[in-house]
Amino acid sequence: MKARIAHIASNTFREAVRDRVLYNLIAFALLLSGAAVLVGQISIEIEKLVVINLGLTAVSLFGVVIAIFIGIGLVSKEIEKRTLYTVLSRPVRRWEFIVGKFFGLAGTLVVNTFFMAIGVFAALFYVSRTFVRADAMIFVALYFIVLEFLIICSLSLLFSSFSSPLLSAVFAFSLFVIGSFAEDLRNFAGMAHGVSRWFATGAAYLVPNFSAFNVITSIAHEQPVAGQLILQNTLYALFYAIMALSGAVLIFEHRDLK
Amino acid sequence: MPAIEILGLEKTYSVGFWRKRPKRALHPLTLNVEDGEIFGFLGPNGAGKTTTLKLLMGLVFPTAGSARILGRDWTDPSVKAQIGFLPEQPYFYDYLTAHELLEYYGQLSGVPAKHRKQRVEQVLHQVGLRDVQGLQLRKFSKGMLQRVGIGQAILHDPKLVFFDEPMSGLDPMGRREVRDLMEQLKHDGKTVFFSTHILSDAEALCDRVAVIHKGELRDVGAIEDLTSSVQGKVEVIWQGTQIPASIKAMGAECHVSGDRVRAIITENQQDAVIDSLRRDRCRLIAVTPVRTSLEAYFVEKLRRAETVAGRAV
Repeated sequence: MKARIAHIASNTFREAVRDRVLYNLIAFALLLSGAAVLVGQISIEIEKLVVINLGLTAVSLFGVVIAIFIGIGLVSKEIEKRTLYTVLSRPVRRWEFIVGKFFGLAGTLVVNTFFMAIGVFAALFYVSRTFVRADAMIFVALYFIVLEFLIICSLSLLFSSFSSPLLSAVFAFSLFVIGSFAEDLRNFAGMAHGVSRWFATGAAYLVPNFSAFNVITSIAHEQPVAGQLILQNTLYALFYAIMALSGAVLIFEHRDLK
Repeated sequence: MPAIEILGLEKTYSVGFWRKRPKRALHPLTLNVEDGEIFGFLGPNGAGKTTTLKLLMGLVFPTAGSARILGRDWTDPSVKAQIGFLPEQPYFYDYLTAHELLEYYGQLSGVPAKHRKQRVEQVLHQVGLRDVQGLQLRKFSKGMLQRVGIGQAILHDPKLVFFDEPMSGLDPMGRREVRDLMEQLKHDGKTVFFSTHILSDAEALCDRVAVIHKGELRDVGAIEDLTSSVQGKVEVIWQGTQIPASIKAMGAECHVSGDRVRAIITENQQDAVIDSLRRDRCRLIAVTPVRTSLEAYFVEKLRRAETVAGRAV
């Protein structure tokens, strides 16, 4: 079982690595990190702040684009192209396929984040010529970005298990945008009355709370991140990803592959 | 023990966007395929062949019925380690090379790592792709992809192989090779279940066939039994160019070719014709029951089915 999941994950990773579009996105993200240096140079005294802000935002945004771009096609493309037939006619259970795909995509994003993070650190070193202890907090921001990717991967897979790539992209991107304003939605729910309060509260807790993962600005200002937040975000991301993956498995287990 | 026992397997799809309506793709199908035989599943396009195969592979779920494969319930995942499947017009991960793809499928099928490489090489040689094993599949022609498909179906040395239109996209040489491969599989004790609408392939290879049309099973049996039951005619050949008047009077269909006459008569005219030839001192060369070709049988079967359906409406 573990071996089959690992083989599916490894093949998913290989597919992403051989996809040329992915390289364009990474190159673009690195270019943006480079641009941060230029912007930093014209932002006297706050070069470092600008580089961290722009660099990490680029890592996050491009990672999200890659996660959605690849994730939405993971299942639907296999059904459409019928590559799934020769996989599921082997001793591979449907849930193993979904979980393998998830790990493959998550692995791809971790590796991408690693390379893009090198770009950010290089830009940072270029403007400040040295690293200070507070810079280590950048790893926490990167960790939160990866957690965010896990949620988006699982959501993309969930949507991909029952709808077309285009619709999946719309759903996943909409959830990302709404989730980035989840705190505002929760505040609004607190102020609303009657039915709209119920509706807003339900929506606020159902959408992924991406705003809790965004610590880029505070890290750029060299503010520490509480250990409790790290634990809380880790548990939240794992819970959310597992729930979304379970949904994907549940749908896919009963789906006819016409 | 039959290799495949299909027990009332049935599939109805819901079609339409707003107002869903049922569409029956497969009427209750009951069928047995014996161990070690090459079994042909024949029918025109849209007859329900692929639906049946997808049901057996667990790719779609039946509305009713069940099946047993190699003595076990068909939903048992361990069964799949012992079956191979070639889908119709297969499409594979085109970013992989033929070697990588077979290696991947070997991993998924549980082929032990120490034998895998050797087995992949062996299969690539068997399907004639050894020279292009390092090429990405996106550069492969349709026929080459079909060979990859056949390779992946037999890679893990399955006991039972399902081929959906295996000759599709192959040139005459490739078709011949696939025929040889299927015969070799049978020789090795494997069971082959293949769907096709190319009747000459079925005629050349199958021990038994089933005919399916509009999702309904029309006939099952050995090709000889199915085709000889249709006409009950006999071919009589004798030497000479003379056609005795009594044979002409029977309305026999006669052709003179060189110094031989060939007549097609009904079975109950056989004795009278032979007596007539003896009387006229003609030298009898052969008396052979006329077997309809599978194609003629198939066309006749479908025509009858259409007529019955037309009357029902």
